[in-house]
Amino acid sequence: MGTLVLGLLTLSGLCALLALLLEAAHAVFTDYGPCRISINDGAKELSVKGGGRLLGTLMDQGIFIPSACGGRGSCGLCKVRVLEGGGPLLPTETPYLNAEETANGTRLSCQVRVRTNIVIHIPEAFFLIKEFRTRVVGLRPLTPSIKEVHLKLLDPSEIVFKPGQFIQFYVPEYAGSPEPVYRAYSIASPARLKSEIKLVITRVERGVATTYIHTLLKEGQEVRINGPYGDFYLRPSDREMIMIGTGSGLAPLMSILYQMADEGIDRPCTLYFGVKSRADLFYQEEIRELAQKLPRFRYVPVLSQPLPDDQWDGETGFVTDAVARDVKDGSQMEAYLCGNPLMIDAAVKLLTQRGLTEDRIFFDKFN
Amino acid sequence: MESSLNAPVIFFASIFTNNILLANFLGMCSFLAISRELPSAVGLGTAVTFVMTCTTALNYLVYHYLLVPFDLVHFRFIAFIIVIAAFVQLVEMLIDRYSPRFYVVLGVFLPLITVNCAILGVCLFMVIRKYNFIQSVAYGFGGGLGWLLAITALAGIREKIKKAPIPKALEGPGISLIVAGLMALSFMAFSGMIHVG
Repeated sequence: MGTLVLGLLTLSGLCALLALLLEAAHAVFTDYGPCRISINDGAKELSVKGGGRLLGTLMDQGIFIPSACGGRGSCGLCKVRVLEGGGPLLPTETPYLNAEETANGTRLSCQVRVRTNIVIHIPEAFFLIKEFRTRVVGLRPLTPSIKEVHLKLLDPSEIVFKPGQFIQFYVPEYAGSPEPVYRAYSIASPARLKSEIKLVITRVERGVATTYIHTLLKEGQEVRINGPYGDFYLRPSDREMIMIGTGSGLAPLMSILYQMADEGIDRPCTLYFGVKSRADLFYQEEIRELAQKLPRFRYVPVLSQPLPDDQWDGETGFVTDAVARDVKDGSQMEAYLCGNPLMIDAAVKLLTQRGLTEDRIFFDKFN
Repeated sequence: MESSLNAPVIFFASIFTNNILLANFLGMCSFLAISRELPSAVGLGTAVTFVMTCTTALNYLVYHYLLVPFDLVHFRFIAFIIVIAAFVQLVEMLIDRYSPRFYVVLGVFLPLITVNCAILGVCLFMVIRKYNFIQSVAYGFGGGLGWLLAITALAGIREKIKKAPIPKALEGPGISLIVAGLMALSFMAFSGMIHVG
């Protein structure tokens, strides 16, 4: 008995000693003192506490760089040009940078540590990105695994975005996640409604953010978002449009369709919406209403695994199979794709074979 | 009774005749995962060598001046792992702070080897074979160099093998394990020169 207690005490003592040592080392060695960040040739000067990652440091100062993975270095979106003080390029960044970007000093801001005064260059549009306080005013299950989250903007009270763009949703720390994370979701509501937005969120198995949103988020709760981000939006032209969406990838396409209805943009447009079975279809009523306002709009739902009970007589197979059957010559078309990466890769391959050039294919990949 | 071998012999043996990777098959996971390209294999091998040398010395002190006097030797697994993990974290912080260039080469690999079993293995063998301090450090340093030698050789072979017509079913880890086995066989040629523990 005595041995056991003594053993536990000694081991605990050793652990405590090492933990203290590490804490002390952390306090001493990761404190870089105050640093200055100069943005776009002095357009903005920030004085910050050194030692953190550039992405997080800028975010604390109200400058939001797009990032979908929450700073883990796996999405490659948070690129900024670091002109001075970024330190050497890390092996964790090289997979996301091409030769031109490497040459002009582009870095992943989630990997660069602020150690000294730093000079960076970011696109002007990033200054327009803001953080919003919002309140959950509606939570509606759209399918067994997809929820619509309806947010009312509190401060600032209005958001200006291009239909098709996305925002980042702040998930605080909770039992399923030891640290707060940000996740990107497309806006599904029309841009004319400036004081509210709707998001369409699929529950992902073991997904940190989607689990939180599906199980813990309650009506009336305040949440933080920032945005808008992204270059997935309607390009002005008269070309015939193909829209392909799978699952919650329908969200940005809905926003674009609302824009076309609101602004009277009359273009031939076919929406292919791919899901597994009838129960996974959603926004059917909304799409029907849009179809009445858009004279040259056509809607093609495609089920990959219709159940016997579904009594489905529409298109079946992968959504790209339905597109392949319909589209023979795509050389005069323009395509907007949103959904899972496998579908997008397959669709881009198919559409280029049918004569669409890559500069007319726009997509938003969900990871 | 202490081991009677002198330090240079132990050092030589831990590289060739008793290579921790090829004779004991410890540290296989990072050996297979990071051996696709030569530069990262050398980086990881160097990091292992450094950590192994330092942690055998540290763990020698912990074992003989803390665990033995308090009659806690049966807790050596836990104690050794804690010391290794703390040391690796500390070194990563130091390198990150003082040598960003070195961090790129070595530092990024450090978190990968916190739980490398070769490092724990060397510390445990040191106890089992009753080495003294000098012998332990020689063994740790040699063990690390042996690991570096093995992973460098495997990475070199794997870079060449990329262009070889390998049966579909053996691509990737399959062929790497076979290569590692053949390397172990060839290292067995050294055995018999020295007999350790």
